[in-house]
Amino acid sequence: MGKHVLLVEDELNIIEAMRFLLSREGCTVDTHGNGTDAAQVIRSLKPDLVVLDVMLPGKSGFDILEELRADTETAALPVLMLTARGQSRDREMAEKAGVSRFMTKPFSNAEVLTAVRDLLYVHQHKG
Amino acid sequence: MPREGLTGSRIRERRSVAGLRQADLARSLGISPSYLNLIEHNRRRIGGKLLLDIARVLGVEPSMLTEGAEAALIATLREAAKGANLSPAEVERADELAGRFPGWAEVLAAGHRRIATLERTVETLSDRLTHDPKLAASVHELLSTAAAIRSTASILADEKDIEAEWRDRFHANLNEDSRRLADSAKALVNYFEAGEESADVANSPQEEVDSFLSHHSYAFDALEAGEQSVDAVIAQSDLLRSSTARKLARTLLSRLQSDAAQVPLSALAAALKHVGADPIALAVELKAPVAVILRRIAASADLETGLVVCDRAGSILFRKPVGQMVIPRFGAACTLWPLFSALSQPGQVVNMPLVQLGRGRASFNCFAVAEVVGEPQYNAPPLIEASMLLIAGAAPQTEDVLEVGSTCGVCPKRGCPGRREPSILMEGI
Repeated sequence: MGKHVLLVEDELNIIEAMRFLLSREGCTVDTHGNGTDAAQVIRSLKPDLVVLDVMLPGKSGFDILEELRADTETAALPVLMLTARGQSRDREMAEKAGVSRFMTKPFSNAEVLTAVRDLLYVHQHKG
Repeated sequence: MPREGLTGSRIRERRSVAGLRQADLARSLGISPSYLNLIEHNRRRIGGKLLLDIARVLGVEPSMLTEGAEAALIATLREAAKGANLSPAEVERADELAGRFPGWAEVLAAGHRRIATLERTVETLSDRLTHDPKLAASVHELLSTAAAIRSTASILADEKDIEAEWRDRFHANLNEDSRRLADSAKALVNYFEAGEESADVANSPQEEVDSFLSHHSYAFDALEAGEQSVDAVIAQSDLLRSSTARKLARTLLSRLQSDAAQVPLSALAAALKHVGADPIALAVELKAPVAVILRRIAASADLETGLVVCDRAGSILFRKPVGQMVIPRFGAACTLWPLFSALSQPGQVVNMPLVQLGRGRASFNCFAVAEVVGEPQYNAPPLIEASMLLIAGAAPQTEDVLEVGSTCGVCPKRGCPGRREPSILMEGI
């Protein structure tokens, strides 16, 4: 049975490419394009994995991640964070907020797919 | 004739040879044309860092602007000694050092000049890389587009059995993204090239206003005299490109117009002769609020002054740079500035000698006051703005000097209680 992935990203062409790739992996893909109500959408859709951009309109990926980690329902949800800001400070912030995996743009499809498979595997076996 | 008298004339002569207008040279030095005019007519002393900057812009050795090579050397040595916070007695021994060990003195002076240049570069780049919203947005756009292209191109290359509909869509996306990438890259290159040429390049409405004010040398004579309207001044400027910048400029110029009506520059000049550069005494004499007096002193060409105005949130609304005082273009300024302490007690006039650490230990006599602005409203906290006037070369000689920085990222002050982030001047980049 396919896994459910939510892609929180505001770049339309990245969304399209990722949707294609993840669908081919057998995943069901939903997308959401702004940070303001992203945590709410995640809580209501209950995906198996969230792919989260850092710079989003309304609210940053760091803030959304902190919200998810503070909620017992989503505290253990795997989150793959994608960012165009690769500074070590951002990586530290992401780790502090509880990111599962951190990846900088531009990434390769193979890297993303490997990360997605790893995170879904770990999540399934923990659960 | 004193040395500086000759120097002023030489600067004027070399500027003419270089084909530079007075306003152009003043702008590249960060001083007002009126102040440069005073220097060139031998009515202001000239030396130290400013002399070196003028020589650099004019492309001549500093010694060509003074009586002899020694003068520039001694001026630089004194500057270096003050920067190292040596006692006045030690500073005065610069002549002796240059006389007894000319070779070592030249090495020390060259090192000092090099450090000043590098620090200026570090300040500009650090400020830009850390806080420049334009740069952050451009880099984000560039990398996001590159990510979309890489991912899409990889799908087209690797997936052999891709449906025609998907393939066409990805081709269209590639075409769109590659155009975006080219435009973003071009914009970024233009941005950096412009940055190399001038510090006045405007990338945000606030910077457009800064360029506009700098272009006018912070003086609007026709507006002061009531010969031109605010709208006319704005309409004539091609530096105010965005509507936000024009709105900001309109607010500043309207205030200047209102200040000029309360305290004309001629009245200020007369009062300055009576009571000196004492804002409280001037406020009493001219029957005007101290904040207005601070702004009017800053608008006058009689003194070398800088002015910073901020709102209650600490956002800088106006900046007129002076000498070596570094006022950050982006991000938060030094929390120790009297500008911010004035906010806590509106109406109280703060006065203290101040030294900005870093390049050349620039020293100033500093006055700051906060005032309530805007229309009063019931049960609403008043809007407050603070103004800080910096008068160059007027700091009283005292041990009790407030040492401040520009912004934490480029401040060398050790053990500062107000530090928000490490300084690259201490920690390295």
